[in-house]
Amino acid sequence: MQTHKYDVVIVGAGGAGMRAALESSTRTRTAVLTKLYPTRSHTGAAQGGMCAALANVEEDNWEWHTFDTVKGGDYLVDQDAAEIMCREAIDAVIDLEKMGLPFNRTPEGKIDQRRFGGHTRNHGEAAVRRSCFAADRTGHMILQTLYQNCVKQGVEFFNEFYVLDLLMNTGADGVEHAAGVVAYELATGEIHVFQAKSVVFATGGTGKVFKTTSNAHTLTGDGMGVAFRRGIPLEDMEFFQFHPTGLAGLGILLSEAARGEGGILRNADGERFMERYAPTIKDLAPRDIVARSMANEVREGRGAGPNKDYVLLDLTHLEPAHIDAKLPDITEFARTYLGVEPYTEPVPVYPTAHYAMGGVPTNVETEVLRNNTDVVPGLYAAGEVACVSVHGSNRLGTNSLLDINVFGRRAGIAAAEYAANAAWVELPSNPASLVDGMVEGIRGRESGERVADLRRELQETMDRNVQVFRTEGSMKEALGVIDELKERYANVVVQDKGRRYNTDLLEAVELGFLIELAEVITLGALARKESRGGHFREDYEARDDVNFMRHTMAYRAPLAGEGFGAESALFADEVRLDYKPVTVTRYQPMERKY
Amino acid sequence: MTATVEAKTEGTEGKVGAVPTFTVTLRIARYDPEVDSEQHWESYQVTAHATDRVLDALHQIKWEQDGSLSFRRSCAHGVCGSDAMRINGKNRLACKTLIKDVNPDKPITVEPIKGLPVEKDLIVDMEPFFDAYREVMPFLITTGNEPTRERIQSQQDRDRFDDTTKCILCAACTTSCPVFWNDGQYFGPAAIVNAHRFIFDSRDEGGSQRLEVLNDKEGVWRCRTTFNCTDACPRGIQVTQAIQEVKRALLTSRF
Ligand SMILES: Cc1cc2nc3c(=O)[nH]c(=O)nc-3n(C[C@H](O)[C@H](O)[C@H](O)COP(=O)(O)OP(=O)(O)OC[C@H]3O[C@@H](n4cnc5c(N)ncnc54)[C@H](O)[C@@H]3O)c2cc1C
Ligand code: SF4
Ligand code: FES
Repeated sequence: MQTHKYDVVIVGAGGAGMRAALESSTRTRTAVLTKLYPTRSHTGAAQGGMCAALANVEEDNWEWHTFDTVKGGDYLVDQDAAEIMCREAIDAVIDLEKMGLPFNRTPEGKIDQRRFGGHTRNHGEAAVRRSCFAADRTGHMILQTLYQNCVKQGVEFFNEFYVLDLLMNTGADGVEHAAGVVAYELATGEIHVFQAKSVVFATGGTGKVFKTTSNAHTLTGDGMGVAFRRGIPLEDMEFFQFHPTGLAGLGILLSEAARGEGGILRNADGERFMERYAPTIKDLAPRDIVARSMANEVREGRGAGPNKDYVLLDLTHLEPAHIDAKLPDITEFARTYLGVEPYTEPVPVYPTAHYAMGGVPTNVETEVLRNNTDVVPGLYAAGEVACVSVHGSNRLGTNSLLDINVFGRRAGIAAAEYAANAAWVELPSNPASLVDGMVEGIRGRESGERVADLRRELQETMDRNVQVFRTEGSMKEALGVIDELKERYANVVVQDKGRRYNTDLLEAVELGFLIELAEVITLGALARKESRGGHFREDYEARDDVNFMRHTMAYRAPLAGEGFGAESALFADEVRLDYKPVTVTRYQPMERKY
Repeated sequence: MTATVEAKTEGTEGKVGAVPTFTVTLRIARYDPEVDSEQHWESYQVTAHATDRVLDALHQIKWEQDGSLSFRRSCAHGVCGSDAMRINGKNRLACKTLIKDVNPDKPITVEPIKGLPVEKDLIVDMEPFFDAYREVMPFLITTGNEPTRERIQSQQDRDRFDDTTKCILCAACTTSCPVFWNDGQYFGPAAIVNAHRFIFDSRDEGGSQRLEVLNDKEGVWRCRTTFNCTDACPRGIQVTQAIQEVKRALLTSRF
């Protein structure tokens, strides 16, 4: 075991983690721990753009952007946080441009902007051009630009270090503080303890809870899982976004930019069915509405293809040159993976699990909350792992790249400033015992079940029962499977018993997080007897502001580190649900029509 | 092993809805540093669908046959650069290579990319690759006061370096280069591509510093224009052309 000491430890090197590192590393001694090489992070997969009311191509302002964000989130958004995000958006984009990001340009040489779902002029009048973009690889350019600037600043990275535990201890004030993290080094199998005054979680999402997803294999909700096991609540986990246009059968994303540039969704009859569901903004309605409309077309027998199980994204009326200039990557995906030529043929698409609106609860300073009001000193979270909550029950397209930049920056500053003044908190005794027990417990098991089998069962039940349409019955079925998997997890076996690059072992650890989070998602969804944003209950189709305009807060009993191992249970017997009020400033809830 | 096509629907191969499956053999170069003294080959059979990628086959092996098979991967659709490997002797991304496109009638060989130290199975040490990348100063260098708003750049100037902004640092190009195989000190095409991205960015003022680095004896002049890199690039970047443009910029000091 090795021990390291840094003022600030940032976990994750996607957009949020590196944006934080750029701030923190200039202020204080900072280490970034990441399970992937920074440039492999899934921020690089983001395509469409990042919204900010620059008003470069038409009239716009950040207040309209705030309104759209609140309405898009079906009023579960904390409005103070949304206001901060939309106001700081403008500087966030300009900062990236100054760092070198090659945005597409207007004829005058300014940053170009395009339309995106749910972003409107003057509180819903018409679609507005607000999304700043670099072709259809905006996330790639953000990730590269941030990494380039980290290289420039000499940020210290620990690549392929998997953080598997958060260390906390009682400080001089009698309150539990963050004290550091424990990481597993992929190359050697060695365990490292990092003591830190501030810890920033920026570990991204958890799409692999589902089978059909746009998320990377590595998005297994580690940060949420680690925090939850240490007794930190998770907020609004039942809200998961299903993106309308995943490549049918594969889940690979085709950005909403395809519709922003004029693409049209059609059913088997060739009908532009979104005209029926959202007469004003049609194909550019928010994602939850489009995804449900698509699923409904398929359910009612109007799906396309031999099994009538998808709809079609039609780009054939667009000029090939326009497609090449604005949507080169995603049309390439259709060609490579489905053998479809988007110039001449419509592309088969179906909703795909895309984004976790919920996560580790924070305030607008990115400090992690231990309950509805109190923070854990020294602990911060930003990006998809966190829930501020700027996305409420449904995130608008382009608002996540914005979120990671605005709140990543805030987290870096806040963590460094806190570390500058805070005293060191002692490490708990035997800091590595939990990770040791977990890892050696799995490695030492001689026989049992395969990780892949359990994972498949989990993902299949989540796709079948907790996806676009949910009912009490479907969710109880999922919980039954999850309960069983919790028990069977104690029996998973890996074939690779070695120390070096043991990805077999780490997949087993990641599966533990997935099972844990699937349960929280499903329990939250079962208790929320209403439909709102990304969460749609067929048995409760209306939004219920009287009983449910509040955030879900899920808690479990914290793991006791000492003596944890193969024999003692990893999962809590019970998850307790509580609620937190939504912050409303300017916008009273209205019916969400488009 | 011959691939047996079990159910193939005429004319719909590869399209959604049709599910032809076939059996294919993969020959994989295995090396476990804790056990093996050298690399050796192992063969595996998997059942594949028409839309399956080589990465799906590797997963099938890892998840159902041999959990110790080790490789890197993340995004699974060709954007993160994790899984460059030598497939039938050519550098490709496993997640972007459809099995049906690499002649599944014969065993498909899979090896780690060449020229970087093999750590385990298909995993190589990427540090030397990233060191070369960092050496070319792959970041915007500017002087003077920053404007309050964005810098102005015409779309035409922006297009000048568009191609090289696509790089995902997968190392497929560098590890297909015979010069790099013989001399690991050579920066390699990927580093030059990333230098190009800034040299030809109208906003950048670090061109001469960067060109000085590239003029080094391990710099651009080692390139012998074999075009392997361009063929290997999964992002379709005109790598050789980018290197030629950097050479020309060095000769004319114009960029
Ligand atoms: C295909 C796709 C397209 C998208 N398009 C858009 C778009 O156009 N606009 C938009 O706004 N949003 C988009 N999104 C959403 C957005 O890209 C993501 O929500 C956002 O990039 C998440 O950034 P992040 O920094 O929070 O996490 P990530 O970029 O996922 O980074 C997570 C980091 O955490 C590290 N990590 C994870 N677990 C551990 C661990 N246990 N130990 C150590 N490190 C760990 C990883 O190594 C990685 O560096 C898209 C998402 C997808 C999947
Ligand atoms: S230039 Fe192409 S092959 Fe080379 S590292 Fe970049 S993406 Fe990979
Ligand atoms: S897994 Fe990301 S490029 Fe292949």
